[in-house]
Amino acid sequence: MVKQGVIPDDLTKPFWEAANEERLVIQNCTACNRLQHPPVATCRQCGSGDNLEWKGMSGRAKIYNYTVVYDTPIRMLQDNQPFNLAVVMLDEDPGIQMYSHLPGTPVDEVPVGASVEVIFEATANGQKVPEWRVAG
Amino acid sequence: MTTQNAPASFYRTTEGLGVWPHKGKVAAVGIGHSPTARRWDGTPENTMGANSILALRRAIEDAGVSPDQIDGLVIDPVTTTGAHWDAGDPIPMDVVNYYNPTDDPLDGIAKLSCEWLLKNMPELTNVKFTMYGTGCMSHAIVVAAQAVGDGLTNTCLVLKSWHNLEGRYNQAGVSAAEDVSGSYAIGPGRTIWGPPGCFGTALQFAEYCRKYGKSHDMMAPFMANSRRNGLLFPEGYWAQHRPEQLTAEDYLAARWIAKPASLFDNDIPVMVSAAYLFATAERAKDMKQKPVYILNHASSRGTARSLTPTLDEIQAETGSTGRKIFEGAGITADDLSFENMYDGFALFHQFHIEGLGYRGMKFGDALDFYQTDISIEGPNPVLPSGGNIGSGRSRFWMHTDCIQQLQGRAGARSVTGVKPEIAVSGGPMPMGGNFTVWSASPD
Ligand SMILES: [Zn+2]
Repeated sequence: MVKQGVIPDDLTKPFWEAANEERLVIQNCTACNRLQHPPVATCRQCGSGDNLEWKGMSGRAKIYNYTVVYDTPIRMLQDNQPFNLAVVMLDEDPGIQMYSHLPGTPVDEVPVGASVEVIFEATANGQKVPEWRVAG
Repeated sequence: MTTQNAPASFYRTTEGLGVWPHKGKVAAVGIGHSPTARRWDGTPENTMGANSILALRRAIEDAGVSPDQIDGLVIDPVTTTGAHWDAGDPIPMDVVNYYNPTDDPLDGIAKLSCEWLLKNMPELTNVKFTMYGTGCMSHAIVVAAQAVGDGLTNTCLVLKSWHNLEGRYNQAGVSAAEDVSGSYAIGPGRTIWGPPGCFGTALQFAEYCRKYGKSHDMMAPFMANSRRNGLLFPEGYWAQHRPEQLTAEDYLAARWIAKPASLFDNDIPVMVSAAYLFATAERAKDMKQKPVYILNHASSRGTARSLTPTLDEIQAETGSTGRKIFEGAGITADDLSFENMYDGFALFHQFHIEGLGYRGMKFGDALDFYQTDISIEGPNPVLPSGGNIGSGRSRFWMHTDCIQQLQGRAGARSVTGVKPEIAVSGGPMPMGGNFTVWSASPD
């Protein structure tokens, strides 16, 4: 299931560069000691952009919730329907969510609450993207 | 005349503001609707702009005022149902020039300005105040209510219009692209993971069902009730074009969009406009229809911490919204004759009414409540308007219904198990919207 290609922009470039090196990084405000995702130009707590860094994550998370998509607007995914679309929450901070197609998990057999581990998949233009697999 | 968005000071977004200073001093009087259509047919007579003019003229006539008495106009300039005019699509100049255009040829076709309306409604000779409330009628209403209360206008038209074009919405543009930007890819929004529009609501509903032991099947009575009420709404899309009752069997057999959200849990995009005439309570007394007084307006500006709101975040926000609504109106949930909260995904209506504590309900109670008598004839009406599910994607049926019910002119849709005295309407999202309390009397 190949996703649309990704062209990193200024804001997200470190996230995507790390993904190509198979590392998961998340934006962190060192002043607030608080992760935030999706990335934004300033800390959503203190409002400052001066203390934002990209912090390495363990790549472990839990499945928070999911739906099964039967009618996606994204043309490139339409041949793969239906597919799982889950939200995982990072073990470092369950307030941080990421999307996942849960490769390897049968459709609608998603173990909510189960541990998952990050993997990296190539998108249509070769840019790698974090995905999640149920931990063995 | 350049029209601005309403300033932040217009909105009542926090708890602890006390009773709204203009409680009972602003009234809705006139109502005007255009006909509905599934899509624009390409003719100049049936543009979104034409619908807008028709709705405004009907609201003026309904209130029984002369157009030169109108001194304010509040609209939502964004009119898309999700259908966008792609850059490069040819512009139908015959349609543009059928009207008095502004500098933007799509004005009146795929967007709307106060300037365009005033150029094409020469009878509005005394409009001195214009303002935008962007997003939906719920938004425009609170802006107009505050403006009238503040004395910026004393006889004000409020308008929301929708255009819908050919083709499935949200399928073109970035959805069809080979490559997308890094920010878009991460989300929230459609993202490279491909969530349909109802994905977030489907997720929240799934968590809700897991937490409280409920199921999607339990929505069937709500859906049937909404369509039934919608078919009693002569202004609505289903009543005008497809007068088909929705049975529980139809609902349960519908195809999934993002399971647990099915086709019918999504509203149908349509072309339609509605307008209301608001006035100071003083002026409203002499108009043709019974005034419906605004006791309060309140706004929700919740944000999720990450990609999608959790059930905890939703419930914290809807609970706060309920408290704001009641505090500013000086009422409690027990004072509500009925509710008309938003439903334009059906699967989040329960969040809105649980946040209100409608009929004493707590979080997790609504789907059981739907199994009881929620009809317009019973003591606990749920969404007597039928909402978007009952009449199509307008986000204003619930407001029209509140006004009509309290004026005693809701026709076959009239609530009969309760006396229509105080009602609440608003939306759209549980995490962000604008809400209004309506009353048959000013205090
Ligand atoms: Zn910070």
